[in-house]
Amino acid sequence: MSSHYEAPIREPLVLGDKSYHDITVDIAKPIEGKANKNWYIAFTISLIAFLWGLGCITFTIGTGIGTWGLNKNIGWAWDITNFVWWVGIGHAGTLISAVLLLFRQRWRMAINRSSEAMTIFAVFQAGLFPIIHMGRPWDAYWVLPIPNQFGSLWVNFNSPLLWDVFAISTYLSVSLVFWWTGLLPDFAMLRDRAIKPFQKKIYALLSFGWSGRAKDWQRFEEVSLVLAGLATPLVLSVHTIVSMDFATSINPGWHSTIFPPYFVAGAIFSGFAMVQTLLGIMRKVTNLENYITRLHVEYMNMVIMLTGGIVAVAYASEFFIAWYTGSPYENFTYMSVGAATGPYGWAFWSLILFNILIPQLLWIRKFRRSFIASFIISIAINIGMWFERFDIIAIVLSKGHLPSTWTRFEPTFVDVGIFIGTIGFFGVLFLLYARTFPVIAQAEVKSIMKVSGENYKKLRDGNHE
Amino acid sequence: MSNKVIHALYNDDDILMDAVKKVKAADHHIDEVFTPFPVHGLDKAMGLAPTKIAITAFLYGITGLSFAIWMTNYMMIEDWPQDIGGKPNFSWFSNMPAFVPILFELTIFFAAHLMVITFYMRSRIWPFKSAENPDVRTTDDHFLMEISIHDNEKELKSLLKETGAVEINVIENK
Repeated sequence: MSSHYEAPIREPLVLGDKSYHDITVDIAKPIEGKANKNWYIAFTISLIAFLWGLGCITFTIGTGIGTWGLNKNIGWAWDITNFVWWVGIGHAGTLISAVLLLFRQRWRMAINRSSEAMTIFAVFQAGLFPIIHMGRPWDAYWVLPIPNQFGSLWVNFNSPLLWDVFAISTYLSVSLVFWWTGLLPDFAMLRDRAIKPFQKKIYALLSFGWSGRAKDWQRFEEVSLVLAGLATPLVLSVHTIVSMDFATSINPGWHSTIFPPYFVAGAIFSGFAMVQTLLGIMRKVTNLENYITRLHVEYMNMVIMLTGGIVAVAYASEFFIAWYTGSPYENFTYMSVGAATGPYGWAFWSLILFNILIPQLLWIRKFRRSFIASFIISIAINIGMWFERFDIIAIVLSKGHLPSTWTRFEPTFVDVGIFIGTIGFFGVLFLLYARTFPVIAQAEVKSIMKVSGENYKKLRDGNHE
Repeated sequence: MSNKVIHALYNDDDILMDAVKKVKAADHHIDEVFTPFPVHGLDKAMGLAPTKIAITAFLYGITGLSFAIWMTNYMMIEDWPQDIGGKPNFSWFSNMPAFVPILFELTIFFAAHLMVITFYMRSRIWPFKSAENPDVRTTDDHFLMEISIHDNEKELKSLLKETGAVEINVIENK
């Protein structure tokens, strides 16, 4: 047992007296059992929201982008806000599985599967917005570098918008194979347990015939490690490039060299907040309280505090520089006295409240380790991060270089409807996932049981005394 | 060639590791071990060669980078040069800083996907492939060691029993 040693001072990651078989049973239970009433209620609400959004998308495409609240000065508003918000949420999953794998953090194993699922579903939603905003989504393939007859001949590799196409499609596809490769042994577990022939067939198909040979595991671990090494810079590159959509322009407030690191920190901040929100509900609904514990919540809150701190410092430096330049243009950026006292002051102060002030509660250990407090704070951060993007986009565009062009952005019901629709679509996907996929990487959890399982730790620590 | 194999089942990874070491020490060849999760050090104990899959990822990454260089050069410099935002387009190298994100993303794209495809092909896993683990318990909480029998059934059985196997089955292959 000496190879399984872990300092007794470390809290266990898996609670209760669990054997390997117990883990199998616990993870398979939500899939093999029947959905309860709450699941159906949540699914129905999500589905209605999704259908409403679909209606708004159809209306937009049928009538035109004029159905949105955009005008000639504010050509980007809710759509890009939502795009950046969803991409940001999509940052936690691969960060958890890739960066935490490189740092050998065992606590990632309870949450990596669901946060990767969240990543993939969030990036789906993000991808919808630029495609809808094209107005002619059937021409979306024009962003691909293919020989063509329709004008520009080739795509423009100098443009950050095209970098985005490459970054997000690489991110989505690499996250998907990373997720799926990790799922193979768990699908195999479900396949070998399935009693109903149809279920067995489906999981046999999904598991790609995984058999668990020693050589397969050796390759599996090497592939996971290399994918983590590749995905880590990839995660950082995606939001860097999203920030360049703004930073390479010449608008005061957007043309800022700190955007890439600041956006990446903000993305991780919002991504972890969304993981906190989703897992806070999921651990209860699927009875996985022994796997997603207080300790996991506390660790995630620590990441939130770190990245939230980086974001707060970025706001402070933007605000300071806006004032310090003495440039009148800078007084109308999203982080300036002008913004705080201007017509969008409510959006400015919402950002400060939700993104900076409320997360400071996490300095208190009691809140950091409380499920309810973490859940509420995570919702506040989700709202705050939405306002951050809205402020950066709408406030900056509403005050252009010429005061005669100053204008306001008012969302229409279509803007709001599409946003609600993507939340519904996300909910539909996540709820279906929670009923059909192994929501915890059970093979990996089994491999750390002897190190971090409560029963094994007790057994071992008892021997020392 | 004998067509009889022995399947020894274990219910603990530490017992399995000791068993593998004992069986190797007794000079038997272990055909295969099926486990529900990665048991660290098992590949070394069994005498498996280290995997070279990380090297393939490096080579695929270089392929992706080369492809990206060729693509940006062909499209933006040779076939249809355009002056965009005053970025110099008379040589690939002077325009290169604007292509860094594309070069980076395609490097990752090629390395990640081709490595995973290589893994699937080498380990023979793909959609519609049927599973080959001989016992369904090996994806749950059991560990299975497979050894071919060469007129030494009795000796093997007693050796495996000694190592703590919870179940020993002799399988007649067709």
